[in-house]
Amino acid sequence: MTRALLRELSPGHVFISPAMLVLAVFFLAPVLGALIMSFTDFDIYTLADLHNLRFIGLGNYVSLLQTPLFWKAFGNTCYFALVGAPLSIMVSLAMAMALNVPGIGLKALYRTALFAPYVATLVAAAVIWRYMLDAQYGWLNQFLMVIGLRPVDWLGNPHLSMPAIILFSVWKNFGYNMLILLAALQRIPDDLYEAARVDGAEPWQRFVHVTLPGIAPSLWMVALLTVAGYFQLFAEPYVMTQGGPAQSTVSLLYFMYEDGFKWWNLGHASATAFILFAVLMTLSFLRPKSDEVFA
Amino acid sequence: MRGGLQKIWVTGLLIAASLVAIFPLLWMVSMSFMPEAEADAFPARLFPQHPTLANYADLFAHQRMGRFLVNSLLVASLATVLSLAFNVAAGYAFAKLHFRGREKLFQFLLALVVIPAQLTMLPLFFQLKMLGLLNSYAGVVVPFMASLFGIFLVRQYALGLPDEMLQAARVDGASEWMIFRRIVLPNLSPIIVTLGVFTFLAAWNDFLWPLIVLSDDHTYTLPLAIAALSQEHIQDSGMVMACATVTIAPVILLFLALQRHYVRGLLAGSVKG
Repeated sequence: MTRALLRELSPGHVFISPAMLVLAVFFLAPVLGALIMSFTDFDIYTLADLHNLRFIGLGNYVSLLQTPLFWKAFGNTCYFALVGAPLSIMVSLAMAMALNVPGIGLKALYRTALFAPYVATLVAAAVIWRYMLDAQYGWLNQFLMVIGLRPVDWLGNPHLSMPAIILFSVWKNFGYNMLILLAALQRIPDDLYEAARVDGAEPWQRFVHVTLPGIAPSLWMVALLTVAGYFQLFAEPYVMTQGGPAQSTVSLLYFMYEDGFKWWNLGHASATAFILFAVLMTLSFLRPKSDEVFA
Repeated sequence: MRGGLQKIWVTGLLIAASLVAIFPLLWMVSMSFMPEAEADAFPARLFPQHPTLANYADLFAHQRMGRFLVNSLLVASLATVLSLAFNVAAGYAFAKLHFRGREKLFQFLLALVVIPAQLTMLPLFFQLKMLGLLNSYAGVVVPFMASLFGIFLVRQYALGLPDEMLQAARVDGASEWMIFRRIVLPNLSPIIVTLGVFTFLAAWNDFLWPLIVLSDDHTYTLPLAIAALSQEHIQDSGMVMACATVTIAPVILLFLALQRHYVRGLLAGSVKG
């Protein structure tokens, strides 16, 4: 019986089955689980005994929309993603273009140095930056004083805490997109620049009419993936500010984590996770049809 | 003449940016060798005047750093081995073996990419609690076992293997398993290294999932350890920096050693776009 079944299966099925099984059990099942959970009052009593589970329909979603901290977290996350991601991409593009200028020595060295922050462990890097941003000892404030400005309490001031985290994130992440954009820049044929130069195009015009169209597909992809990634802000506020001051750095995931794993409102937290998912879904619809990320 | 000026300007920019990029990391290392008085000095110092290993000694003697380092090494290695075991076979099959439902299944997997891992974490936590896998290495590596990225990465590379090579082996009577072991695996070795480095670094650097699964501090990985240490001992800046150095240095060194393979994987996700 089993043998007959095995003969029906082609080798391909055998090769994919372990991975598919794991994906089904530890990825697909939890996704469905999260959907169901988000319609229940799954809490610490349910963790102890599943019989305590009750379905409450859209109750979690309704209650979320009435929770001020949820809206605060949503706003903070949008602020981080919509300001941080474009800034980070601009730095990435500037550095990629600098690395693409012909005839400059030691490029491999610069590239490695610029990429190093991206490889560094996020949590440890955030801890270093707590010291960098320290109100008294921090290098950033020392720099401000050198150029004649007054030192500020980066992580202690609710108006500066998110900009400080954005500054850190730009430093931490720009290297990734820099390499992708550099590869895109290198695929633009030199003849195009040559032709533009012959036509008398100034550097800015060459940038707008040759460089940007050349890297547009990559730039678009990078922008979507970066914004999506920035919506998943968590470790930075956890380590640098614990969501403070005055909840100015509570992100959606930080809110979900505290809700779910500190207060054990797992049903409620699942609803937050689904709202985050809905945002990412919406973003993915902006992706041009012809562009597949991996295939 | 203008080209020369531009080159000087751009070189200056690259040097300045490179310094800004690595300054926090260099300062971390430098401060980890400072005795307490120097680390706390105001204004902050760049270099230790009397370098010392006291911070590291303290970490390993009193903060169980050795334990966390071993935990991280085990978790990252286990994640890497499992990820390779599951994803290489699947990626190869999607590229080169014909089986019923292949295209549909692959389209389905592509559509799953948009689902964030965080969505699975709440139910997965409950699942692992039922399985008794909380506070275990197994629990931490579960999300790394089968990854869509890994399957796509290997498939993309395996598409380039010549069909004739595989067909010739089949004509000679080799089983699919033999072909996979003797011909496919050696030819996939560059992408296996790439996926290995990616998984190792991702597992080493991971934070949110270990934070959820590991509540017993004996099982902490380095990111959890430094997060906890920085909250309890933020004043001991030298020791915290030593902990950061122990956490970051291995991944930076691994990256430097295998940079080429790492960048290949990074670009594979975007080049086709």
